[in-house]
Amino acid sequence: MALPKYTEPHYRIWHYFYLFICGCVFFFLIAPLFVIFPLSFNAEEFLVFTDGMKRLDPDAFSTRWYKDMVYGTKNPWGLAAKNSFIIAIFATIGSIILGTLAALGLSSRHMPYKGLIMATLISPMIVPLIISGVAIFFFMAKVGLAATHLGIILAHIILGTPFVVITVTATLSGFDHSITRAASSLGSNPFNTFMKITLPLILPGVISGGLFAFVTSFDEVVVVLFLAGLDNTTIPVQMWTGLREQLSPTILAVATCLIVLSILILVTAELLRRRSERLRGINR
Amino acid sequence: MSSEQKILSTDGIPLEESLKQAEKKNKIKAFLLVTPLLLFLIITYIIPIADMFSRSIDDKMVTNMLPKTYKAMEQWDGKELPPEEVFKAFYLDYKILVENKTAGKLQTQLNYEKNGFKSVLKKLARKQKKFEEGNYKEQIMKVHKRWRNVDYWRAIKRRAPAYTYSKYLKGVDMYSNEDGKIVQVAEDRRIHRILWSRTLEVAFFVTLFCFLMAYPIAHLLATLPMKYSNLLMICVLLPFWTSLLVRTASWMILLQQQGLVNDFFVWIGLVTDDNRPEMMYNKTGTYVAMTQILLPFMVLPLYSVMKTISPSLMRAGKSLGATPGVAFFKIYFPLTIPGIGAGCLLVFILAIGYYITPALVGGASGTLISNQIAYHMKSTLDWSFASAMGLMLLTGVLVIYWIYNKLVGVDNIKLG
Repeated sequence: MALPKYTEPHYRIWHYFYLFICGCVFFFLIAPLFVIFPLSFNAEEFLVFTDGMKRLDPDAFSTRWYKDMVYGTKNPWGLAAKNSFIIAIFATIGSIILGTLAALGLSSRHMPYKGLIMATLISPMIVPLIISGVAIFFFMAKVGLAATHLGIILAHIILGTPFVVITVTATLSGFDHSITRAASSLGSNPFNTFMKITLPLILPGVISGGLFAFVTSFDEVVVVLFLAGLDNTTIPVQMWTGLREQLSPTILAVATCLIVLSILILVTAELLRRRSERLRGINR
Repeated sequence: MSSEQKILSTDGIPLEESLKQAEKKNKIKAFLLVTPLLLFLIITYIIPIADMFSRSIDDKMVTNMLPKTYKAMEQWDGKELPPEEVFKAFYLDYKILVENKTAGKLQTQLNYEKNGFKSVLKKLARKQKKFEEGNYKEQIMKVHKRWRNVDYWRAIKRRAPAYTYSKYLKGVDMYSNEDGKIVQVAEDRRIHRILWSRTLEVAFFVTLFCFLMAYPIAHLLATLPMKYSNLLMICVLLPFWTSLLVRTASWMILLQQQGLVNDFFVWIGLVTDDNRPEMMYNKTGTYVAMTQILLPFMVLPLYSVMKTISPSLMRAGKSLGATPGVAFFKIYFPLTIPGIGAGCLLVFILAIGYYITPALVGGASGTLISNQIAYHMKSTLDWSFASAMGLMLLTGVLVIYWIYNKLVGVDNIKLG
């Protein structure tokens, strides 16, 4: 934003200082992510920029860590990735179904005890993860679901539903209920009304809540650390183990893949948000 | 038609009643939609958390190990040495424990109650194999003179209740001593209080740093034209969507001794090459990494509040003679307070329960209370103590959450 011509010099200085501070903060936020990218192509085993890399010598770069990630002999990443995706997908589906139903009920103006129930439903988001982890572990151990995929999926549904509830409730806040009444008065049954009228309109909210649930599950490590056995290891658990024991460049290769994934998710979420705002008639 | 006559619906039911029924039906319908999730959460989440409470006060271990002794002790008033039956019952209980090789647990537990109990019990374990039948009181007292001391028997009796709040006392470095008074542990063993205060300190300063950094950029994002601010928003949202472990890993690379941050310090001449400061595995690492990781949670609520503030308010203030500084502090800042409250409490709640980042970059001096809970869950297996600490932390968070709810309302949380 350009300053008007009549701005006094000391305000001008102050303004540039402010822009400089903002620049520093943005740099602080985003720069760490880009350190990983070049280092994951390091030809050496060390996690520092070698002299060759500083000279941009092509020999100093290689894709060996990516090969190691995919083909490595004792590599756990294949299994971990498979588990991560299975768990995240089922947890997302579960969160979406339970969360959307609950949000529909919560946004009805007839809902009794709304505040209390809302607080209960989003409590997994507020309670520190370590406490959720301990409590869920006690429960899963008692019902014999510790160290099973199902146990971890259920745990991630618990952690993921608050996001769906919040996003779908927000979408429904601008929802015109007379449309569904019109549908019923024209003879549509409630299920049909939901599938044909309500769902298409709230879909952006549902999907973006689902994205949150997916990322929560895909990135979750505290609860999985309590629950997982050897067969249920996920990408975050493997990264956690790797970071604790030895920081190898293979981890950076995995991290780079995860950053690419998060860029994809960011783009999807952003497109959805705009579509949702357009549908709800919020123009800026 | 008289005014007394009730209006009827088509079914012939009075309209008022019919409406009431419809209302009731709607209420049930709405409630039924919420029921699946509510039941699911109550069973798998709320009840287990409540169950942590019963686990944290559960203290049946010693009671179960010495069943006969406690039965015999019911009659004993604790003033004089206990009668022969108690000695006999204790001998029988202890014999079973020694044979099953579980006496070690009892020794440790009773040693907590009375210092020096362990050696007395160990000696008894060795000697009691040669005991003859009858007159156990004499025989036990002969093994060690401390068995004549009524304090040791009182210590056993004190351990009788199946429920205890001692884990909570331990969580704040206190214990109840031989006379049943609550006292502090020795000064050099007060580790938990250090952890609590460190957790609060880290959470407070991380919140403060986040606020100081987030305020200018949220303001910039809210005032810039859309096409620039959308681009800059990516800088906030990309870290927000990126895996926590990836971001922690990048800080581990940056902050290591041969890392880029140290390289930079050497390059600008702040430190010499052979004297690179240790920035990881201590509090500095925890502060830096946590601030960057939690920063988006501060920026987003601030941004959504600042977006609603009309720029004409500041212009009006200035046109009425306020300097930009005065206009900012009198007009703009007060309007952003809801956003500040939301952001600060969100970051504080997240920071107070942080586990992964401190465990990886914190080292010994940068770990927080969550790490201690995880340690007791996984290493010492003292689950009741872990539960007690967890509940203490939870209480703190719930208080903050309650304040948050009063100030901003939970329905006002916005994501992205």
